[in-house]
Amino acid sequence: MSSTCPMSCKQTIDAYFMEHRAKLLDIAAFLDRIDRSAAEASEPEDFRMAAFREALGVLSESEPHRAKRVLEVFSDPSNNPIESAAGMKGAYGACAG
Amino acid sequence: MKYIDPHIHMISRTTDDYQRMAQAGCVAVTEPAFWAGFDRSSAKGFFDYFRHLTEQEPRRAADYGIQHFCWICINAKESEDVGLSREVIQLIPEFLDKPNVLGVGEIGLNKNSRNELAIFEEQVAVAAEYGQLILVHTPHLEDKLKGTRLIMDAVERNGKIDPGRVLIDHVEEHTIKLVLDRGFWAGMTLYPETKCTPQRAADIIETYGSERIWINSAGDWGPSDPLAVPKCQIEMKRRGHADATISKISFDNPMTFLGQCAKFRIDG
Ligand SMILES: [Zn+2]
Repeated sequence: MSSTCPMSCKQTIDAYFMEHRAKLLDIAAFLDRIDRSAAEASEPEDFRMAAFREALGVLSESEPHRAKRVLEVFSDPSNNPIESAAGMKGAYGACAG
Repeated sequence: MKYIDPHIHMISRTTDDYQRMAQAGCVAVTEPAFWAGFDRSSAKGFFDYFRHLTEQEPRRAADYGIQHFCWICINAKESEDVGLSREVIQLIPEFLDKPNVLGVGEIGLNKNSRNELAIFEEQVAVAAEYGQLILVHTPHLEDKLKGTRLIMDAVERNGKIDPGRVLIDHVEEHTIKLVLDRGFWAGMTLYPETKCTPQRAADIIETYGSERIWINSAGDWGPSDPLAVPKCQIEMKRRGHADATISKISFDNPMTFLGQCAKFRIDG
């Protein structure tokens, strides 16, 4: 990607490393927390966490536009309107499929 | 640095917020009609809400030297009820004549249902008939990408709407290019949890440029930050962006888009 951020690479790391190091640890601790919480033996993985793990894979790729691709992982891929939204207000953050 | 917050629900905010916004450089706000966190029981509830937006809120803002403009519509979260929605649509034309009303909004989709889409299309038709600007709410989270596409298709199907007179709000990294490529304006909402942070907004501007883009707080009754726009200005300044670029996305671009409505002008 072309250099459109006015800061140098070093300046960018100096400015943001600590904040994002902390966010990375939050994610690690969240995954540990899920491991420690009780699940039914037969319970399939929650659709949100399946998308979460897929999104984690995007982060370790070297291509740009990672934020866009993470959002696409969490998006409903269908094209047609649903029949009814009665009783539905909120969203889940990932697509149940 | 002075700024306009072109999408904020001041009806849900305290006068302290008006004061802090004025101190941070806010000279004008535009307030779209939206969902109050619960469903209204009748069109009369909307009539009173629209009076609040056109009579009461401009007076409250003026006490802090902030100009208040608004948008009128039935929002996406209540448009599953087609009967009620059509009663509310009947109320829109009389409010379009009020001096602080800039157009129809924030219309859009929430769960991307057939009824939501039908009511969206009917309100696009009202905007076309009365020559109004349109402010569009796109769905949250997993529904945003699909909803943004359905919305743009519906506006184009109408055939009478110039996309340069439509702002599609709450864009993120996966929708902004789709919106700009089809000639629409794009709004970035700086929301702590579910939308875009000031840092990501600055990233998006670095990636996609500053043409036909504005930023807003969409401050409302939920977790949101009425000072999100000046925080994004500070973030861009920290990175070394020129004052002209910062002013473009937080003041000049809103002036250009909103200025397409003759009623929008900034005093002084
Ligand atoms: Zn809103």
